Amino acid sequence: MDAIILQILNGLDKGSAYALIALGLTLIFGTLGVVNFAHGALFMLGAFCAVTLSRILSLSHVVIDESRKDFLGNPMKVEVPYLHEWFGPEVGATIIDWSVPLSILFAIPVMILIGVIMERGLIKHFYKRPHADQILVTFGLAIVLQEIIKYYYGANPIPTPAPEAFAGSFDFGVLIGFDANSIIYPYWRLVYFGFAMVLVAAVFSFLQFTTFGMVVRAGMADRETVGLLGINIDKRFTIMFGIAAAVAGLAGVMYTPINPPNYHMGMDFLVLSFVVVVVGGMGSLGGAVAAGFLLGVLESLASMGWVIDLVPGINQIIIYLVAIVILLTRPRGLMGRKGVMEE
Amino acid sequence: MSKFQLNRRSLIKSGVAVGAGLALPTIFTSSARAYLNEPKGDTVTLGFNVPQSGPYADEGADELRAFELAVEHLNGGGDGGMLNTFSSKVLDGTGILGKKVGFVSGDTQTKSDAARASAKSMIEKDGAIMISGGSSSGVAVAVQALCQEAGIIFMAGLTHANDTTGKDKKANGFRHFFNSYMSGAALAPILAKEYGADRKAYHLTADYNWGYTTEQAVRESTEALGWETVNSVLTPLTQTDFSSYIAPVLNSGADVLVLNHYGGNMVNSLTNAVQFGLRQAEANGKKFEIVVPLYSELMARGAGKNIAGILGSQNWDWKLENELGARYSGTNAFVKSFGEKYGFPPSQAAHTCYVQTMLYADAVTRAKSFDPCAVVEALEGFEFDGMGNGPTLYRADDHQCFKDVVVVRGKENPENEFDLVEIVEVTPVEQVTYAPDHPQFAGGDLGACNSGA
Repeated sequence: MDAIILQILNGLDKGSAYALIALGLTLIFGTLGVVNFAHGALFMLGAFCAVTLSRILSLSHVVIDESRKDFLGNPMKVEVPYLHEWFGPEVGATIIDWSVPLSILFAIPVMILIGVIMERGLIKHFYKRPHADQILVTFGLAIVLQEIIKYYYGANPIPTPAPEAFAGSFDFGVLIGFDANSIIYPYWRLVYFGFAMVLVAAVFSFLQFTTFGMVVRAGMADRETVGLLGINIDKRFTIMFGIAAAVAGLAGVMYTPINPPNYHMGMDFLVLSFVVVVVGGMGSLGGAVAAGFLLGVLESLASMGWVIDLVPGINQIIIYLVAIVILLTRPRGLMGRKGVMEE
Repeated sequence: MSKFQLNRRSLIKSGVAVGAGLALPTIFTSSARAYLNEPKGDTVTLGFNVPQSGPYADEGADELRAFELAVEHLNGGGDGGMLNTFSSKVLDGTGILGKKVGFVSGDTQTKSDAARASAKSMIEKDGAIMISGGSSSGVAVAVQALCQEAGIIFMAGLTHANDTTGKDKKANGFRHFFNSYMSGAALAPILAKEYGADRKAYHLTADYNWGYTTEQAVRESTEALGWETVNSVLTPLTQTDFSSYIAPVLNSGADVLVLNHYGGNMVNSLTNAVQFGLRQAEANGKKFEIVVPLYSELMARGAGKNIAGILGSQNWDWKLENELGARYSGTNAFVKSFGEKYGFPPSQAAHTCYVQTMLYADAVTRAKSFDPCAVVEALEGFEFDGMGNGPTLYRADDHQCFKDVVVVRGKENPENEFDLVEIVEVTPVEQVTYAPDHPQFAGGDLGACNSGA
């Protein structure tokens, strides 16, 4: 039982990332009707916002330490971060240590700006083009973005740890009455799950309880009529693209301590996120979130030893298997709306 | 007016003349086709096939730096690097057999088909006489087979799977880098010494050829010393989050986790294992331990602080000569050349590529010919020293180099990003040498060398 609970926790965590990326994807699809294959790249760019801020905070000047030698036998060049000098070593180190949470503040404006530029600069020219064209151009854009990142940051993963306060793990089993050491769970993964929940709630609240959100929802239902009412729906949709980019970016920022980011991480999530969107139902925000968590949990459960022993290879195909079953039984996905992508 | 008269003498004369005339172009042709891409002018072209895109692009970049340095030294540039320490003294900085060394590079993308395509292009379009480089065993095996078919020498780069010089070995292919068996043989005694002989291991293994051979090697070596393997789980190569594979480990009865992962797989699985508290955990009354049989400096850099305290094995380390003395001469010469040119110490991938280029040039010079079959003969059974690994043998039976293996541990407090591992011990070559027909290498046949004629 404890093993199953542990895998459900893992699944919720994985599902958080799937859900956040799929939420942005379906938001863009629902508002602009664009199938955005560059969305994984936005997740990756978010992660590199964290890397960038970490590097900015660690900006240093070089001090020559004559007492130590480098690998060539020359006096050692020691890098001293400016923050250590300005605020003292302790405060400076703490600020650098908290670079990932601080990156949230950095990533929101950066990602919204990237999203708006992407939409205004490229994607708007493809609104009236077939979905195949949109897929090609956004996929191409994703490759360009990841190559740019690789050029500046290299291909190797870059460790971007969580603050020391959230390093390590805790005994979740004891909290719910199991034996000690039966369910050990990392602090940061719990933070990630909580963060995802807050972000999903914030996006839903924004769409549900604000006038802006109401207009966007109306536009998603009938763009033409909203336009005829004199509302500049295009402008609002552009802002929604920016918000979707920010959601993907924040998912990437907070993911960096879980796995060190590399230029390819967006592609790793992209295909799965599309499966999540299709399973949840094209254009359905609730469906995307529900399917994200569902597939995340199923993927984790399928990785259990006895499940693999029972059905070898199931861990590699479970998501696609479930997708096939759901699409056969519910062709519009779990919460798909009639008429979306059916013309 | 002369009258044509046919008699016995004129017939013989004409026959000789016509025969010589006909034979002449044949002699030229057979000379031209003595072997593929025979260098005609005053330069010879080497083909360096490294990952320039994809996940191992940084490792590929380091390989390329080493190749460029080797070419520079062969042509008499720089400080000569290992030419000064190499036990064979036939290379004198005037190129190879008096021909200036040039090179072309290709991108393997760490994909077998792309690597074959770029090697093929370098052989056919650029006239490369030798192909070297690479950061993956899948690529090495594929390119080695291509070079065998084409009649070109392949000096493998970083490839660690047993199969490269095991079941997939080829007469035209040579590997300087160590292999999975050697990692297992070198690590096991040190694991037993550091963690005890009564240990229960849980293997997570990348689901591809290198993963299988590495798991087999480590399993057999550790089980021979008393360890028990409680479970072994294959993980998809495309996996990024290993939490669902790591989470059950602590309750499996195991007290050691062996991560048979390389590259991004290893960085993520190790990071996840540390997140799940395995480094702080206790099992069976012992401290839980994590082992990574093979890791590179770049992987250590990617894993950051999580690499601290992790035991693994390496082909070479830039600190060898400083810490363990003159047996590893050549190390400091190479580190100095590389460090002064590029500003940081070389990786083990860079080292093996540099050495392979030098060994090829040396073999050609000793054979006095670029003919692949002559080069094969010169390399087979060649014993050398002064290339950073101590006394080394290029065994004729399988074209595998036999030398000491370095066992390393991730540093707890590294001084900089290039000083992430410390040398724990060097396992002597005798301890990692195996019979050519060892079961882990069964099934292959070198075959005959192919000169592409």
